[in-house]
Amino acid sequence: MIVRRGDRVVVQGMTGRQGSFWTEKMLAYGTRIVGGVNPKRAGQTHVGVPVFASVRDAAQELGGVDASVMFIPPAAALAAAEDAIAAGVRLLVVLTEHIPAHDVMRMHAAAAAAGCRIVGPNTAGLVTPGEAFAGIMPAFNTRVFRPGKVGVISRSGSLGTLVCLNLVDAGHGQSAFIGIGGDPMLGTTVIDALRALEADERTAAVVLVGEIGGTMEEAAADTLATMRKPVVSFIAGRASPPGKKMGHAGAIVMGSRGSYASKRRALESAGVRVVDTPAAVAEAL
Amino acid sequence: MDFEEAEAKDLLRQAGIPVPPGELCRDAEAAAAAVSRLGRSAVKAQVPSGKRGKAGGIRLVDSAGQARAAANAILGMDIAGYRVERLLVEKCADIAQELYAAVLNDVTTRAPMILFSTAGGMDIEEITAQKPESMVRIPVDIARGPALSGKLDEDVADLVCRLYSLYLQTDAELLEVNPLVRLKGGGLLALDCKLSVDDAALFRQPALAGTGAREKLTDLERRARELGLKYIELPGDVGVLANGAGLTMTTMDVIEHCGGAPANFLEIGGDAYTKAEGALGLVLANPRVKSIIVNFCGAFARTDVMAGGVVEAWEKLKPSLPVFFSVHGTGEEEAVALIRQRLRREPYDRMEDAVRAAVAAAK
Repeated sequence: MIVRRGDRVVVQGMTGRQGSFWTEKMLAYGTRIVGGVNPKRAGQTHVGVPVFASVRDAAQELGGVDASVMFIPPAAALAAAEDAIAAGVRLLVVLTEHIPAHDVMRMHAAAAAAGCRIVGPNTAGLVTPGEAFAGIMPAFNTRVFRPGKVGVISRSGSLGTLVCLNLVDAGHGQSAFIGIGGDPMLGTTVIDALRALEADERTAAVVLVGEIGGTMEEAAADTLATMRKPVVSFIAGRASPPGKKMGHAGAIVMGSRGSYASKRRALESAGVRVVDTPAAVAEAL
Repeated sequence: MDFEEAEAKDLLRQAGIPVPPGELCRDAEAAAAAVSRLGRSAVKAQVPSGKRGKAGGIRLVDSAGQARAAANAILGMDIAGYRVERLLVEKCADIAQELYAAVLNDVTTRAPMILFSTAGGMDIEEITAQKPESMVRIPVDIARGPALSGKLDEDVADLVCRLYSLYLQTDAELLEVNPLVRLKGGGLLALDCKLSVDDAALFRQPALAGTGAREKLTDLERRARELGLKYIELPGDVGVLANGAGLTMTTMDVIEHCGGAPANFLEIGGDAYTKAEGALGLVLANPRVKSIIVNFCGAFARTDVMAGGVVEAWEKLKPSLPVFFSVHGTGEEEAVALIRQRLRREPYDRMEDAVRAAVAAAK
């Protein structure tokens, strides 16, 4: 789930307003965008990129694609994901928020059967500073992203951006940013992202930006305890009341499940340094 | 969206799952008349809360007179913040055994999960804590449907299949029958039912969207809902306007870390980033707010657009409250220039410093 400059990327929903805006940003940054998808504009060229009717068509004509980024509204997201999975992409970045949960489960089942990795839903995407990015992160803002050695995992795009900015301010760059998403059922979990960064040669330390809700951080305790690289974490939501969805569909504390205290305890017992404010992340490194 | 028992049971009935004969009543006379027809019955408060029995919202009655008294006692009752306005009067069953059955979205397996237990009547947390060995968990491959053969009794398996179909059909997050009872004379009956439908799927569930339970919202939360904004009212006095769920929660955390208390959660990330103007109006409409922190960190959400909305609203509403800004990310230069020129305020370079200033100003 670390996006590389050579990866052949297609953009689903590329001709829309946001799709166009971010495709141009990704292209300018160096992401190898080989095609866009819009069935109504197949055969045309948009922002200098050929448009196909489907990811399957793109894969066939281009001799394969590696990844797809979806700028697709919730009601159409399942069909778009099924198209990308059938086309053989190995990485599918699902930016869409508010996809019906049953569609998300169907998406995950189809991806698992085909060996495709989904990042998201409701992710801000992936950034490899100096190489490529796939999603809606300000990779091109040099005050936020610079090539370096810190791997950042974040459920939130906005908070992930702030933490990356604090890192750069403190003189650190990033080896990779992995936005895992704010939904409750994610294709890429904290554990998956930790394993990728532990294996990544360019990553020397890891920052885990978590939030209340679910038990992903708790479930990662065993993985964290065996990691060779140091991990610093900030968990958002300490001041949030229980029983309410705090913006993200996944950010809700039910009873003691998903609470700040439970996550902090699990991470600290695994040897992770948990800090109280985003600015303290860089100091702890 | 949660559903009350009566609406959930209508759906069970349509799905071919047996439920007791019953009548929905709005006053004591209707309840009395229902009991004179049904005989020994349960009079049950209709609120979307699992704590009805413990709160005294369910009573067993034998006569019209008892029904009238029970209805008078229960109607108007406050249960978990919901005022009781309707009663379901249901004929009592001859129960041989209480069971538990549910289908839910399982976050860990990212797939539907069927739960079944012979320890019905207790809630799921109690069963998990006290009789975990009684709980059968059956993960479902959503592409293929449930495989139940050999795992459940035949009649239970049939009922669970119907439950699963209803779960799919309604885009449910949770569909729970508890207790599911085996009758002395044989056969199964769904005595109570809980249904939660995925809010994100309501666009394709128009029939359901109109029959769900009313939500507990404050006036401001209702106003925010109409504007399409995620707003939660909180007891503190530092107003919060930020983008993105993670950053907004963090802003609240840092307020507490600095010794203050947030007055609200309000985020205008994602597609809502063009709604800063209405959002600021909401923050200001809370009379407890003594200072405001505006914290933007733009990725998808452009800070220049959000700052523009705030500036517009500020010039229109002319509030006398102190406001503090921290603005970073996409569109930062334009946003900072706008705040300097139009509001004559200097955004803080570090979010923590802006929050600290807002907390101090509220004291």
